[in-house]
Amino acid sequence: MMRPDPQRAGEDPAGDASAGGPTRQEVRADAKRRRATRDRLVAFVAAVVVLGGLAAVVLTSPGWPSVKELFFNRQQFSEHFPDVLGGFWLDIKLFVVIEIGVLLLGLLLALIRITRLPVLFPLRLLATVFIDVFRGVPTVLLVYLFGFGIPALELSGLPTDPMICGGIALCFSYSAYVSEVYRSGIDSVHPAQRSASLALGLSESQTLRHVVLPQAVRRVIPPLLNDFIALQKDVALLGIVGVIEAFRLAQIAAAEQFNYTPLLAAALLYLCVTIPMARGVDVLQKRRARRQNAAGAA
Amino acid sequence: MSTTDADLQHGHGTPVLELRGVTKAYGGTPVLRGIDLAIHEHRAVVLIGASGSGKSTLLRVADLLEELDDGDVLVDGEVVTEPGVRPLETRRKLGMVFQSFNLFPHLTVLENIVLAPVKAHGMARADAEEHARTLLSRFGLAGREGEYPDRLSGGQQQRVAIVRALATRPRALLLDEITSALDPLLVGEVLEVVRELKREGMTMVITTHEMHFAREVADEICFLHEGQIVERGAPDQLFVDPQRDETKRFLQRLLEAQRP
Repeated sequence: MMRPDPQRAGEDPAGDASAGGPTRQEVRADAKRRRATRDRLVAFVAAVVVLGGLAAVVLTSPGWPSVKELFFNRQQFSEHFPDVLGGFWLDIKLFVVIEIGVLLLGLLLALIRITRLPVLFPLRLLATVFIDVFRGVPTVLLVYLFGFGIPALELSGLPTDPMICGGIALCFSYSAYVSEVYRSGIDSVHPAQRSASLALGLSESQTLRHVVLPQAVRRVIPPLLNDFIALQKDVALLGIVGVIEAFRLAQIAAAEQFNYTPLLAAALLYLCVTIPMARGVDVLQKRRARRQNAAGAA
Repeated sequence: MSTTDADLQHGHGTPVLELRGVTKAYGGTPVLRGIDLAIHEHRAVVLIGASGSGKSTLLRVADLLEELDDGDVLVDGEVVTEPGVRPLETRRKLGMVFQSFNLFPHLTVLENIVLAPVKAHGMARADAEEHARTLLSRFGLAGREGEYPDRLSGGQQQRVAIVRALATRPRALLLDEITSALDPLLVGEVLEVVRELKREGMTMVITTHEMHFAREVADEICFLHEGQIVERGAPDQLFVDPQRDETKRFLQRLLEAQRP
């Protein structure tokens, strides 16, 4: 595609010598601009061809008319969207409460695992078992077991609401993951930072609190946000123990109407929250990469 | 200088920092093999020796950042390596500056400096900040209080690290190859700070490869070889007329390396 332009090739050396003609710098800038324009055009055409092709395949498929009726029914959508939106509000509230629990419990588990105090050995053992178990069992199973199992124990003091019990299952499961994220952040802080802090006369716990943890948490914010996104979606699992949130509402509506459009409405609502979060992670990661490059160059 | 060997060994009064027969091994490899060293008030001792001779380990053991295997460390005549004595109190009395600065990247210059005075020494924040500002402007860092370390040059970072160590008003400063990680053009500004401290009478233990600087600030030079102080003396004596073959060879090698 890049054929040498005979006219420009002849112009180049002359441009330097003769006054009035474009300078080499201008010629280069011009070429750069043209290349950028061409790249954008190619990207646009490629996007149109690929997406248009996909759309054509779907829209001309033999089943499309019935799929359109079952999943993309405008009337069903406008009828059930307010309901599903109301349920989604519950998803958001559950997400916020559970996430706060996850951030605290995850940090606690990470701290227990890194302490070397002999007194805390039993606690450390428990934390390790906790993490192994809750990371190793499928989340959907945990929600089921907790949501129905804990109320069935009929022990006083234990919650009986399946929503709370299921929420605890989600919280435990995600805490196990998040504690490992915290721990990797703590491990990534250079030991020289600890040395410097101890040499200044700060105690081990002061060093952890003022020097190690602030740096560790800053580093793990992008992976933490990834877990936020996953949790936001997994709140829908509480639907299986009878919590009437967006997914469950959509499911009920779909079953009543023999039409799946309400589920699509729920999916759209999840995307409305998770896509901005994903972009947020991108921005943070890009900013961090820039900072690291700047620090490396200094 | 008319200092005699006896003066160098014993000095006057109680040493600020003293190591007696200190040994340390890493996984069976001996790093320090019976170190005896006393640093008296207002004096500067410079440790020289090849990489791996144990200079840095000696400083880390003196600041109780590493546990020694045998021997004792004394601060103001008190044994601080007795089992059961908390290392925290000793570390608070000594200041240490590292080769790689080790500033806290998440804190501003001012926050780096006041962290230890406020948290470890119980100083009021306002007093600590005032003291920090005074020190910063004395070492040409006025106006940098709000900057983060990665915005500063290596020389500035190292000067901040020295100020950070000074802010806790240490009895002695331990300087571990503080110019080795610096661009050659920035070495001068950091050494100037140490000269200034020497003029003020700060008690210091310094490890360095800058021999001119060592000769200038040292009251005593100790040559470390394979974990032992094989020769010690006043700078004029040790650099001009070294007695031991190891010392002669080391100085000869350095001379050759520094020849353009």
